[in-house]
Amino acid sequence: MPMTENGEFRPLIVAFCCNWCSYAGADLAGSSRLSYPADVKIIRVPCSGRVNPMFILRAFERGADGVIICGCHPGDCHYTSGNYFARRRMTLLFSMLDYIGVENGRTRVEWVSAAEGAKFSATMNEFVEKIKSLGENVRLGDLRCKD
Amino acid sequence: MQRIGVFVCHCGTNIAATVDVKKVVELVRFEPGVVHAEDYPYMCSEVGQQKIAEAIKEKQLTGVVVCSCSPRMHEATFRNCAEKAGLNPYMVEVANIREHCSWIHKDMEEATKKAVILARAAIAKVNLNTPLQAGESPVVKRALVIGGGIAGIQTAIDIAEAGYKVDIVEKTPSIGGRMSQLDKTFPTLDCSSCILTPKMVEVSTHPNITIHTYSEVDKVSGFVGNFTVDIKKKARSVDLDKCTGCGVCQQKCPMKKVPNEFNRELNTRSAIYTPFAQAVPNVPVIDREHCLMFKTGKCGVCSKVCQAGAVDYEQQDEIITEKYGAIVVATGFDIIKLDKYDEYAYSQSPDVITSLELERIMNAAGPTNGHLERMSDHKPPKNMVFIQCVGSRCADHRGKSYCSKICCMYTAKHAMLIRDKYPDVNVTVFYIDVRTPGKNFDEFYRRAVEQYHVNYIKGQVGKVAPQPDGSLLVQGVDLIDNKQIVMNADMVVLAAAIEPNPDIRKIATMLTASIDTNNFLTEAHAKLRPVESPTAGIFLSGVTQGPKDIPETVSQAGAAAVKVIGLLAKDKLKTNPCTAKCDVMMCNGCSTCANVCPYGAITYEDQEVRGPGVREVRRVAQVNVALCQGCGACTGACPSGAMDLQGFSNRQLISEVDAICR
Repeated sequence: MPMTENGEFRPLIVAFCCNWCSYAGADLAGSSRLSYPADVKIIRVPCSGRVNPMFILRAFERGADGVIICGCHPGDCHYTSGNYFARRRMTLLFSMLDYIGVENGRTRVEWVSAAEGAKFSATMNEFVEKIKSLGENVRLGDLRCKD
Repeated sequence: MQRIGVFVCHCGTNIAATVDVKKVVELVRFEPGVVHAEDYPYMCSEVGQQKIAEAIKEKQLTGVVVCSCSPRMHEATFRNCAEKAGLNPYMVEVANIREHCSWIHKDMEEATKKAVILARAAIAKVNLNTPLQAGESPVVKRALVIGGGIAGIQTAIDIAEAGYKVDIVEKTPSIGGRMSQLDKTFPTLDCSSCILTPKMVEVSTHPNITIHTYSEVDKVSGFVGNFTVDIKKKARSVDLDKCTGCGVCQQKCPMKKVPNEFNRELNTRSAIYTPFAQAVPNVPVIDREHCLMFKTGKCGVCSKVCQAGAVDYEQQDEIITEKYGAIVVATGFDIIKLDKYDEYAYSQSPDVITSLELERIMNAAGPTNGHLERMSDHKPPKNMVFIQCVGSRCADHRGKSYCSKICCMYTAKHAMLIRDKYPDVNVTVFYIDVRTPGKNFDEFYRRAVEQYHVNYIKGQVGKVAPQPDGSLLVQGVDLIDNKQIVMNADMVVLAAAIEPNPDIRKIATMLTASIDTNNFLTEAHAKLRPVESPTAGIFLSGVTQGPKDIPETVSQAGAAAVKVIGLLAKDKLKTNPCTAKCDVMMCNGCSTCANVCPYGAITYEDQEVRGPGVREVRRVAQVNVALCQGCGACTGACPSGAMDLQGFSNRQLISEVDAICR
C-alpha cells in the first residue's frame, strides 16, 4: 500500500478533464492557488465524450484507486453533446465496476466549467477524501498480481 | 523510436519555488526515447525558444515535451517554435507543471514527484505522436451580430466600415436596446437617445449592414469561418417596404390596454405598435397575442386606415438561412426579478420602483411625459429614498454575487437630476459602498454630494412598509453613526442587479460557447482575450461578457469588431488536424459512431478492405475531415476500436494512464 513516512495512505487518482471546461477550470484553480492533494493527476482530453471505458479499466488495472471524469455542464458542451454520451456511458460502466468490486465511490463524473476553479478544487479535495476513506483499491490489485 | 527532447521551465519562481526542476531534468533523462533534457528560467522567452530550436536541429529531435504552464497558455508558442525549427508542430506536447502542480502544492518533494509523473505522461504520449498536417478551410466574409443594442450597433458599424458585410439580428421590433430606454447618461448627462439615434440611423442606412428586427437566431451549425445560421423572422403583420411610418394605425387601434414593455409596463400601448418614436425601422408590429383581429377575427381597423396598404394579417413567420464567417454575441442584459425581495414592497406599492422605471418616468417620452410623479396618485414626491445593491453583491441565493457596476453611477445621476430639477425634493441614498472607478466618475459622485447635497447613508435598508396614508416607511441602518434610521418616503427607487439576457443560455448552447455560473459568456482568456469566446469564431460584445457601462460597452464592441475584421481578412483558415480516423480493417460498419457524431461527419461507403487473410468489399465508416471537429465522441462509442482520434489516440491516452499509474 503506498504510504508516506507518517503512515498515511496516499491514493493514486486519475482525472480525465475536457479541454474546454474542466481542464480550464483546473487551470483557474491553479492560478487562483486553490490547492488540492498531489494525488490527483490530470489527463487532458478534447471532450468528456472522448473518454473510452477502456481507459478507466486500464487505470484500475494499473493500480489507480479512483478515477474521475470532468466535463462541461449539461447544455454547455463545446461539441454539443459529448458530455451526455459520457454520462450515459459512465453510468453503465460504473455500475458494472461496482458489481465486480470497484465501489461506486471510486468513480465519478463531475461537471466543472472554465469559470469554476473553486468547484474544481473542492471536488478534488472531496474525491481524495472519499478515496482515502475507501482505502486502496485491493480488488484490481489482486488481478494485477496474477500476470 | 522517437528522439525526444524535454525542456523544463522554471517560470521564474512560479514553478522553481515548489518544483525542483533540476531533479525533474535528471529523472526524465532516463525515460524511453529521451535523448535530451534541460531546464531554463523562461522557456517561452526568445532565448528559451531558441534553446528548443537548437536542440531540435542539433539532436535531430523527433518529439518535444515542454514542462511548463498550461498548454492552453503556451502550447501554440512551442508548436510554432518547433515548426520554425523544422519539426512537425504536432510532435510537441506540454506537461502542465504550473497550474496543475507548482501553484497548488506546497511541499517541494511531493510537487517534484508529481511534476516528474506529469512529464513522464507527456513523454509517453509523444512517443506515440505522429506528424499531422493542418488542412485549410475558406472564410465566409460576412459577420452576424446577435443583438441590436449599443454593443451590437457599434460592432456592426465598425465591421461594416472595414468593408465587410454584417447582419444584425434583433429580437424586438426595433434596434436600440437598453440604451434607448435611458433618459440621461453619466457622467456627462448627455441625453441618451440624442447620442444613440444617430448611430441607429447610421446602422440602418449603411450599405454593408442588413438589420433583421423582430427576428431570432433559430439554429447554428458549422464552425469558425463557415457558420450556417437559420434566422427566424417573426411575422410582423406589416409590410416593411410598403409602410410609411405615418402612425395612424397606432392612433386608431381600439386595443390600447397592452402593457408597454418599453416603458417597463408603467403604462399601456396599442396592439399595433412601434416601441418608441425613434424606432428603427419605423414600422409597427402587430402584437398577435393582444390584437382583436387575431383574437376574435373581428376588427381590421389598422388595415382600413392604412393608406399604404401595408397591414398584412396573413404574413407568416419566415426562416432565412445565411452563411457567416464570424458571430458576435451582443445580447445585453435585463434587471433581475424582484419577487424574492418582499422586504422592499416592490410588488405591494406602485411607488416602489426600479431605477430603470425611474429612467422611463424621467424621460419626456415616458409614461408621465418626463414629470417626476408617484405612480399611485400622480403627485410629485417630497422625499425619495434610493436603495443600492438590491440583488447585487448578494451572498444568498436570492441575488447575484457580483457587483452590477453601473448602479452607483446611475443613482448619483438620478439623485443629481432630481435635485437639479426639483430642489424641494429630499434625496437619500442607502449604500454598501460607493464605487466610482472611471474617468470623471468620482468627480461626478462628489458633485451629487457636495453641490446637490444628496444625503448618502452607508447602510442597508431592512424594510420598506407601505403606510395607510400612502407614504412608505423606510427602516434602515446608518453604519457610520451606528444607529437605526426610520424615515418616511413618497417614492423608493431600487437599484436592482443586472443579469444577462434570459435568452443567453439558449443562444450559448446553439453556439457551443461557454457560459459561467452567472450566465455571462466566458472569455477565451480573462485578461488577454477578453472579447473572444473559447469557441473559435464567436466573439463577445457588451454586457453579455460581464457588467459594464456604455463607454466600456462601446470600447469592447470596437475590440470585438477588430477581432472579427482580423478573421474576415483571412482568405483561408488552418483547420485542426486532430480529427477522427477509421481503421477500415477493424470497422464492421455498425453505425454506432455516426449516431453520436454531432457534426454529421461520418458516412458509410462500400470499400474494398485488404489485409492479412482479408480481401472483401464491405460497408465501412468514412470521416469527412472538413466537418470533423475532433471531439472524439465516435472513438468512445466505437465497439470494435476502429475509430480513433488523431492527436488524442487510444494508445496515446492509455500510455498516459500507464505512465501515471506506474
